[in-house]
Parts: sequence; C-alpha cells; structure tokens
Amino acid sequence: MSRLKRDDEYQKTGAFRFFRWMKGTKDPYLDEVEMKPGKPYEDPRTLEEIMAEEYELKQRVYSLEHNRIRSVSERFYQVCSVLFSFVFAGIMLYLVANLPIAGTADRPVNNEVAKVYIENGIRDTGAVNVVTGMILNYRAFDTFGETCVLFIATTCVMVLLMKEEEKIRSDKSMNDRLYEPKNDIILQKIAFVLVPIVFIFGIYVILNGHLSPGGGFSGGAMIGSGMILYAAAFGFDKMQKFFNEETYKVVKVGALSTYCVVITYYLYMGANNLDNHIPLGVPGMIFSSGIILWLNIFVGIEVACTMYAFFALFRRGGL
Amino acid sequence: MEFMSNFPCFSLILSMCAAIVSSALSGKWARRLNTAVIAIIGMLSAGTLYLTYVTNQSYVYKMGRFSAPWGNEIRFGNLEAMMALFFSVIMLLSIWGGRKHLLAEIDGFKENLYYVLLDLLMSSLLALVYTNDLFTAYVFVEINTISACGLIMIRENGHTLEAATRYMIMSLIGSGLLLFGLCILYDITGHLLMSNIKEQVTLLVGTGEYHIPLVVAIVFISVGLAIKSALFPFHSWLPDAYGYSTVSSAAILSSLVSKGYIFLLIKVFYRVIGFEVICQSKVINVLFVFGLCGMIFGSLSAIRENDIRRMIAFSSVAQIGYIYMGFGLGTETGMVASIFHILSHAATKSMLFIAAVGLTDVSGQSKKFIDLTGAGYRNIIAGITFTVGSLSMVGVPLFSGFISKILFAQSCVSNENKMLPTLICLAISTILNAIYFMKTVLRIYTPVHTEHKKIKWKYAISYGVVCLLFIGLNILLGMCSEPVVSLIRSGISMFA
Repeated sequence: MSRLKRDDEYQKTGAFRFFRWMKGTKDPYLDEVEMKPGKPYEDPRTLEEIMAEEYELKQRVYSLEHNRIRSVSERFYQVCSVLFSFVFAGIMLYLVANLPIAGTADRPVNNEVAKVYIENGIRDTGAVNVVTGMILNYRAFDTFGETCVLFIATTCVMVLLMKEEEKIRSDKSMNDRLYEPKNDIILQKIAFVLVPIVFIFGIYVILNGHLSPGGGFSGGAMIGSGMILYAAAFGFDKMQKFFNEETYKVVKVGALSTYCVVITYYLYMGANNLDNHIPLGVPGMIFSSGIILWLNIFVGIEVACTMYAFFALFRRGGL
Repeated sequence: MEFMSNFPCFSLILSMCAAIVSSALSGKWARRLNTAVIAIIGMLSAGTLYLTYVTNQSYVYKMGRFSAPWGNEIRFGNLEAMMALFFSVIMLLSIWGGRKHLLAEIDGFKENLYYVLLDLLMSSLLALVYTNDLFTAYVFVEINTISACGLIMIRENGHTLEAATRYMIMSLIGSGLLLFGLCILYDITGHLLMSNIKEQVTLLVGTGEYHIPLVVAIVFISVGLAIKSALFPFHSWLPDAYGYSTVSSAAILSSLVSKGYIFLLIKVFYRVIGFEVICQSKVINVLFVFGLCGMIFGSLSAIRENDIRRMIAFSSVAQIGYIYMGFGLGTETGMVASIFHILSHAATKSMLFIAAVGLTDVSGQSKKFIDLTGAGYRNIIAGITFTVGSLSMVGVPLFSGFISKILFAQSCVSNENKMLPTLICLAISTILNAIYFMKTVLRIYTPVHTEHKKIKWKYAISYGVVCLLFIGLNILLGMCSEPVVSLIRSGISMFA
C-alpha cells in the first residue's frame, strides 16, 4: 500500500473517515463500535425433526391446493401429454398406411437375402432350423453381442442390489423366509416332481435348437425358471448346496469365455477365408451343424444364470 | 500389412472377452486387465489407422464365413480408425485420472464390476464406430445404454440413483425411436446392411416411392440419437448424471458415450441415407435450430449454476449444440468442423472433469464456488489443467477449442441462409462461455488464507501425469490441427 501522507496526517482526512465508516468500525452516531464475532447458531432440533419439518414444508408448498402455479402447470402438462400422444399415434397410423402392405409377395423385404437363407441355409450351416442357423452362424457376431447384453444386465443388477454374503447372513431382517410358513408342503411336493421335468425339457430344447423350434434363449429361460421354482420351494440354503456364488461364477464365466474363444476362432477363420475344420455333420442329427450346437449350449447356460441371478438378487441381494 | 485388417475385429472381441473374464477377477486384477486391454486396443487402432492411411482406402471385413448382406460386416477407413484410437486414449486417461475417487466412492467388492462395465462400454463404442450393419449398431447401442446406467449408479447415493433412473428413461425413449426408425428402413428397403440400404434409398428417392416412411425413419433415427446424446430440449437427464456420478464415469459419459451416438448418426447420414437426401429433407434444419438453442441455453444454465461439476455438465449441453449446428449447416465443411469438435470437446471435457475433481479435493470435497476460492494455489497442477481447459472451451488460440470455432465460422460462410444466425450464436455463445469459465478461473486463483488438507502423494503422481497428458493432447489438437482435419476430410470421402 503506497500512501503519500504519514499515518497521523492521514487519519485526519475525510477519506480515512469515509473508509472507516464503510468498514463499519466506527459509526458516526454511536462512536466506536466493537466488532465481535457472533456465536455460531446451533439448531436445537435433531436431524429427524429438521427432515420432518422440511418434508412437511415441501408437502405444503407443492400441494396442489395451495400452489396455484403448480396445479396450472400440472394441468398444462397433462393436456400436452395427451395431445402429444394423439399426434404421435396419428403419425404412426399415417405411416403404417404408407408402408408396404404386409403379406404381399413383392414387398421389399422378400429379396435375395431371405431367399439365400432359406435355400442355402441347411447346406451352409447344417441346421434344419433356419432361424437358428441365421442367428448363430450367419449373424453369429450379433448374437454374441446379444448375449453380452444379458451379461451386462446382470452386472448392472449386481451393481444396484448386490450385498456382501456375510452381511446378508448376519442381518436377520433380510431373511424373508422367517415370516413365511416355513415349509409349504404342497409347493415342495409339486416342485419335487416338476423341477426335474423342467430341467430335462429345458436341456432338450437347448440341444434340439438346430433341429426344432427353440434354442439357447428359450431353453435357458426354462432351466432358469426351474431353478427359481426350486429356490422358492426349498429356500436359498438348499439351493446354495449346489449353486452358490462360486458355482455361478465358474459356470457363467466358463460358458461365456468358451463362447468367446469359439466365436473368435470362427470369425477369424471365416474372415480370412481359411478352413475352420468344424465338421457340419449330417443335417437332422443331434451332433451336426458345427458350432451351432455348442453356441446354443453356451447361450442356454448364460440365459439360465441370468434368470436365476435376477430372482436371487431381487429376493435377497446375493446369489 | 494384410494381417492388420484383422485389428478392428480383434479389438472388439478383446474388450468383450476382458469384460467376461473381469467378472470373475478381483478388483485389482480387473483394473490391470482393463488398463492393459484399453492400451492394446489403442495400439491396434493406431495400427489400423496406419493401414488405412498408407493404402488410402477403406476396408470391409466380414465377421464370419459369409459375406455381407447375409453375414455381419464391419468397415473401417481413416475416420473410424482415428475415432477408435482417440476413444481409447481418452478412456484410459479418464480412468486413471479418477482412480482415487473410484476407490473411495464405490464398495470394494464391486470394483471389478466397474471394470466389466467399462470394458463392455469400450466394446460398444468400438462397434458403433466400426459397424456397417444397422442391427449390430442397435445391439451395441443397448450395451452402451445399460453400461452407462451402471457407470452412473455405481456410486450409490440418492442423487446418482435418481440420475440413473432419469438417464434410463430418456435413453430408452431414444433407443425406442431408433429401433422404430430401423424397422421402417428395413421394411421399405429390405436390408440391414448400410451400403445396401443406401442403394435402395437412392432408388426410392429417384422414384418417389415410400416417401413418407423414409422421412419418418430419418426423423426417428435423428431424434432418437439426439435424445441419447443430449441435444438441447432433451438434456434434462444430463446435469445430474454428470454432476453426481464418480468422476471417471462423468468424464467418460460426457466425452465418449454421447460422442459414440453422434458418430453413429454421422454414419447413418453418410452411409445409410446419403448426405444429399438428408440435406434435402428438413430434418437438418430442425437439428440446426435445436443446436443453436442448445448453444445459448446450455451456457445460460451453466452461468446460473453454483456447483462446479454441474456447471461443466451444462457446458456439455452447449458443446453438443455446436456439433448439431455443424450438422445443420448441411455442408461437407460443416461436418468436418463438427467431427473436429467431437474430438476437441471429448479431449477438453474429460480434462475439465478430472481437473475439477482435483480442485474439489483440496477444498474439503465441496463443489460450491465459495469453497473453491484459491483452490488453484492449493493444487497447482489441477489449477493449471482447469485453466487450460477453460481457455480451450472459450476458444483461445493455441488450444483445440479455437480450431473448432474457426472451422465452424469458416464453414457457415458457404451457406448464405444460415450464415448470420450461426455467426451471431457463435459469438454470443463464446461470450457466455467466457463468462462462466473465466469466473471459475478467477475464483480458483483468488488468494485466501484457509487451511485445507493436503492430497496424498501416492495418487498425486498418477493424477499429475494424467493432467499433463491431457494438456499435451489439447495443445496438440490446437497446434497441429491440419493433419487431423485432413484426416477427417479423407475419412469422410471414404464414407461415400
């Protein structure tokens, strides 16, 4: 601070008085004012009381009766959404009226792509079920992506709901079986009969994916629902005797990584026009159609694991 | 040389494989695997870029035994390879810059899940960049959406759960519209492969058949991808998602996830519909207007904000507006400017997020401006990085933001109807940018005498290195823009 005048001279000037008044150290009427920092304000209420009060305040401020602006905007929003829905529905209807007519032979979708799938499907892929041949051989990469969608969906549910195993076991309120009739005898007896049948049917659908309708996705869903039925009837303690987090990890990661290896080999060989040495077999036999059977099994395992993991994570926050 | 054309396929499969294996690993090993895989993908992409640059042609790579309309196919030229390289670099830097926070903010036993999400996000970004098939694109859009949700909500508090729900709803509306658009396109052309659809669309435009479904499909695809990349009126999910999630997630979401969708939109424009058809339709005018609105309103919201992370998030809205404005110009130079802005914004925005977290660390974890006073002296490297990022965003020469702004200004001259609004909005937006970024820079360099905790030395080294790399990348883009721009130009010419 460079000041031309000395301190005692400066204190006589008007500027000094003005700045002193600005700072509030001296009031022209009350003379010297003593500046003391005030005590920090302490709220006597507890946190719960503050939150309850804020909640009540919010309820009053945002209630439709007291807040006119909100009620008007709410009504405006409702009207707009109804209008928008009608406009959107109108656009869609107008669009459908202008699309190619369904069921006619000269639609653009009936082109050489579908023709080749149907005519050469069995020869190229060895699968009698053309759809399976399409998704697991012609467009195998897409289906690998689709399987990864299931994988990441489970991962996301785990991110959201998973808890540590010890925490689940120590927390009694988590154990919802305490509040239910312990052993529902009817459910258990029916599950005892039904679960093996469901499993076997699921396995049948997976293994026949390339011969008849079905495949990994539908068969896997069946096995998964069988596991859910078992867990619901007999409880997670019994379920964990043969399917706990470790088995889940081994089965799922094993299936998916084998899938990954197989698909890498297949894509690499195919793309570079190399022979992939995978025999296609006789169409119609169980062991035919090259990689399709194996991919169906891997997809089935992944889907079954996903179904059961969803159930278990939502039910108790762990596998 | 010929072997190099396998690299894009390898990098796709590698990232998916890493995700699968990571789900069985411990957090530490998942992290190492993730770093290694992304570094390898960066190298593979560099190899691909070298291949396409030297041979100066694009490659079509069939995924499997069967060639295109029957099997899957990926396609890469200069632009795709450059994007993949760039995405992997930004991803790596963002992860390492926010590592300390990641460890502190998520449950220990969920750490490997975070890397699973990141690996799959990388694979989906690569697929969106490389794909030549609309259905493959849709599958990976799904993966991208779900993993982005996971990235937001892995830091479990009320804000992130709400933000993730919001993101999920908006993003699913976008996916739904995209799927509608693809279905319509498939119905009127009978193909899913981009090049075949383009042939058919050219025929249809010539005969005038199915005009209405075509327009509706263009609108649905554009709007769907615009919602997913947070164009102005659809940006309501953005500030919470970027503002409260853990910092690596915020950096990756803002700089990569939205850019992946925008790149897919560019591919749809050039490789599916045809750029001339798009320019004739009125859709780009709508994108242009929304882009301009986004530039202004995003910046205005950012000025009002009192939270540094949310301010940067709102700035993203403005920058996305720039990119869509470039589309809306309907010229090749506008597109080049937009693509350059994708690069420049991705580099700068992740840098700002990483720098901001360094500043909040030394201010008692508070994101309010009042507490950030003088933070630039307390964490010197973060202060410098934030300043560089702000200068780049404002558009000061030497940094990347300047180049994209000058490219936008140059490109709008050729379009006489849109020149004036573009230049005016560019000027206003630049001033608004300067207001909120310079306010922050002044704030962090205002001296104040309060004691704050020092940051630990262990993470300070990796953090500092990441910051320096970000600064280097930004200056590189700003100083050596000519090779990048010519690469973009040649990449676009390879699209056709």
